[in-house]
Amino acid sequence: MLRYLNPFSKVIAPFLASFARKPALSLPKGGSWRRKTAHSLLLCIAVFAFLGAGDPATRFTEIGHQMMCICGCNQILLECNHIGCPNSDGMRNELMAAVARGDSDSLVEQGFVQKYGPIVLAAPTMQGFDRAAYIIPPVALFLGVGLIVFVIRSWKNRPAPAIADGLSPVRGAELEQFRDQAGKETDL
Amino acid sequence: MAEIGSFALRLALALSVYSFLAGIIALAFQSQADRSGIPTPAEAVGETARRAGIATFAAVLLAATVLVICAFQDNFRIAYIFHHSNRDLSGPYKFAVLWSGQEGSLLFWSLLLAAYGFVLRLRYKTDPRLFAYASVVLAGVQIFFLSLLEFAAPPFGILEGPLRADGSGLNPLLQYPEMVIHPPMLYLGYVGFTVPFAFALGALIMKYPGEKWINITRRWTMVTWAFLTCGVFLGAHWAYSVLGWGGYWGWDPVENASLMPWLTGTAFLHSVMMQEKRGMLKMWNMWLVFATFWLAILGTFLTRSGIISSVHAFAQSSIGEWFGWFLLITLAVFCFFFFKNKSSLRSEHKLESIVSRESSFLFNNLLFVILCIVVLLGTWFPKLTELIEEKKVTVSAPYYNSVAIPVALLLLILTAVGPLLAWRKTSLESLKRNFLWPTIGAIAVAVFLMITPQSWGSAFGLRPWKDISYFYSLMAIALSVLVTLTVASEFYRGGRVISKHTGQGMFASMVQLTHRNTRRYGGYIVHFGVVVVIIGFSGAAFNQEKEMEMKTGDQMTIGPYTAICRSSTEDDNPNYFSQWAVLDIYKGGKPIGTMTPERRFYHASQQTSTMPFIRSTLNEDLYFVFEGVNQDNGRPILRAHLNALVMWIWLGVWIMLGGTVLALVPNAPAPVRVPAPARLGQAHPAPVATGD
Repeated sequence: MLRYLNPFSKVIAPFLASFARKPALSLPKGGSWRRKTAHSLLLCIAVFAFLGAGDPATRFTEIGHQMMCICGCNQILLECNHIGCPNSDGMRNELMAAVARGDSDSLVEQGFVQKYGPIVLAAPTMQGFDRAAYIIPPVALFLGVGLIVFVIRSWKNRPAPAIADGLSPVRGAELEQFRDQAGKETDL
Repeated sequence: MAEIGSFALRLALALSVYSFLAGIIALAFQSQADRSGIPTPAEAVGETARRAGIATFAAVLLAATVLVICAFQDNFRIAYIFHHSNRDLSGPYKFAVLWSGQEGSLLFWSLLLAAYGFVLRLRYKTDPRLFAYASVVLAGVQIFFLSLLEFAAPPFGILEGPLRADGSGLNPLLQYPEMVIHPPMLYLGYVGFTVPFAFALGALIMKYPGEKWINITRRWTMVTWAFLTCGVFLGAHWAYSVLGWGGYWGWDPVENASLMPWLTGTAFLHSVMMQEKRGMLKMWNMWLVFATFWLAILGTFLTRSGIISSVHAFAQSSIGEWFGWFLLITLAVFCFFFFKNKSSLRSEHKLESIVSRESSFLFNNLLFVILCIVVLLGTWFPKLTELIEEKKVTVSAPYYNSVAIPVALLLLILTAVGPLLAWRKTSLESLKRNFLWPTIGAIAVAVFLMITPQSWGSAFGLRPWKDISYFYSLMAIALSVLVTLTVASEFYRGGRVISKHTGQGMFASMVQLTHRNTRRYGGYIVHFGVVVVIIGFSGAAFNQEKEMEMKTGDQMTIGPYTAICRSSTEDDNPNYFSQWAVLDIYKGGKPIGTMTPERRFYHASQQTSTMPFIRSTLNEDLYFVFEGVNQDNGRPILRAHLNALVMWIWLGVWIMLGGTVLALVPNAPAPVRVPAPARLGQAHPAPVATGD
């Protein structure tokens, strides 16, 4: 199930390309180690981004797992197991022919979308409203992390609960000493 | 018989309505009496409400029993029995007819809800007031389901026209042993979350002080979670064993519907500890328990309304509207009481450090909720694009894998880190000490898997630079090792303390440690089960498949296996006609057995179904599907899948369930004793226990 997935080529490669057109990304002078690190990281990401451009059989498998059979079975094209399915055999042959011609992944996908409609793609594209499917989860994650940091800070700054009469709170070095002692005694 | 069943359901509805109304009146009188000090008949009215709730169970049980008896009697006058059974259906499947169709499954849902309510009402003495509130909420939910059975989907509807000689038969896909237990498990999970929700809403309405309702519902929630876990994975196993596409999870909307409440329920099981231990996250826990209940109902709405296309969906019907309204009403009721009484949910504790168990729970909850959002968004996205852009799109496995896997990996990191963090504050020194060896171990395993040759087995020779799926698999396995080592180190360090004090052996000390805090160590075992499941999932990166037409003597090679077609044959029995191939399997040139993948054609329903033959080992599953026969030459068409590490998934689920059962066992008294301080003047030593 994981095999037919390459978010780097789908998400990160266009993202990097959009930055490459902007000169504002140039790295500050004088930070050679930083520059080298950044270059290495970009190189690593680029290596991942352009992975998958393998032999025709691999490409057939990868692209075939990113498309749906349109017979109504709701299955991935290469997983449709209906004998006598009116669509999957023809679609597989088309895909095989396109891969053999050397069409690029996006060209193959465009051809299928033109013929069968966007429903043939197994995942939303990175265009138009479809992008929301990819943007909402990371945005929610970042907002959530921000919220948690805010909550933790506000909890940290909250005054300690009142202590019953006759007791004095243990703070600072004395508290640390008790913690250390508890740690040693429980060994946990 | 049908009349008895219909009457029982009508009686159950009347009893539920009475239980609901009388319960509300009793609680209102009680509040009035509390304020004025003047005695009222509240107690007597409340008792009748409780008894009516108990009687509801008896009435629904009678209705369900009647339906099952009708199935065994082949009573095809009843439309439901005609559509979901036939004379030659075997006994267990006739019993399973109860939940095989829309009306029956709603009756079954109602029965389980009534059963939960029955147990709850019997145990009311734990806290009569809180139980009375919870009982009213349960009665409210019960009214909804019984109304559905009365007005929208009656299970005892009579078929018009002459009496049919035989029924249409049970869906062939459901004629598999697991389908006799998968739906009950799933429904026990779905319905079970109504109980913590009922307690939560009750506590919210009565501004219940403290965390007692959490303590009362803890076991309910854990049992329910275990049922849901079992149901979800039984469904996955059924899909793997029956559907014949070689996978166990297709991200179908109905599968997603079961996953969403599981995710929020799991988040609740974690965050509830913060409320118990530190009195924090009271509002958040209210929302989580509500979301879990709501998502369970939403899942049912998805499957029943036909609003989202799914291979599992029941026939489209008007009951989707009922569910829609019920979802809106429950949301409105919950929001009303939440905003009215939220002042009672303020937490008073403060946090000392970001590096603490509390913080890890917050991040853990965030990641579970994000995963739930991903699944919810993916499930509804086709509908959203249809509404906004008027175009149809598909959201299937590639989307979920690209978005959900990175979040799941982060969650796995937290699973390793969280348990080793102390409440309030953890020093960096202690973090370093606790994580050094597990981290070294995880890195060592990752490097080992990268440098070993691929010929060693499925998970060996992982080259993460070759494919992103290999990268994810390597990360998943390495992080699983990290979690395993941190869990093992927790057992080891705790065991060492006991061993030092008692002089027992290490293993006996660890067993004793587990007995002394079953919840904590049971939880660790659940975590270990989860990583075993994750390792199983990571095997998907190495799957292979092949399809070919095979005449007698033909051979197919996949991975290290070679299959030679010995023959293909067919058979007929009253229930179905079947065709199968006999394959001799060799591994490395040595014979290892015979496989007989089968395809069936059911006479009554006129539908076909595949019965894949699976040969499972810890390393991989060899999976053969008889896809059919080439009409031109009569040769069988066979598809082979070589699925890596799948058995780990089923093994991991057993470990998870074992851990949950252990966590439900009461703690043993701590035998390690230290002398009490003299100033307390106690003659007996005081026990020492560890916390969660």
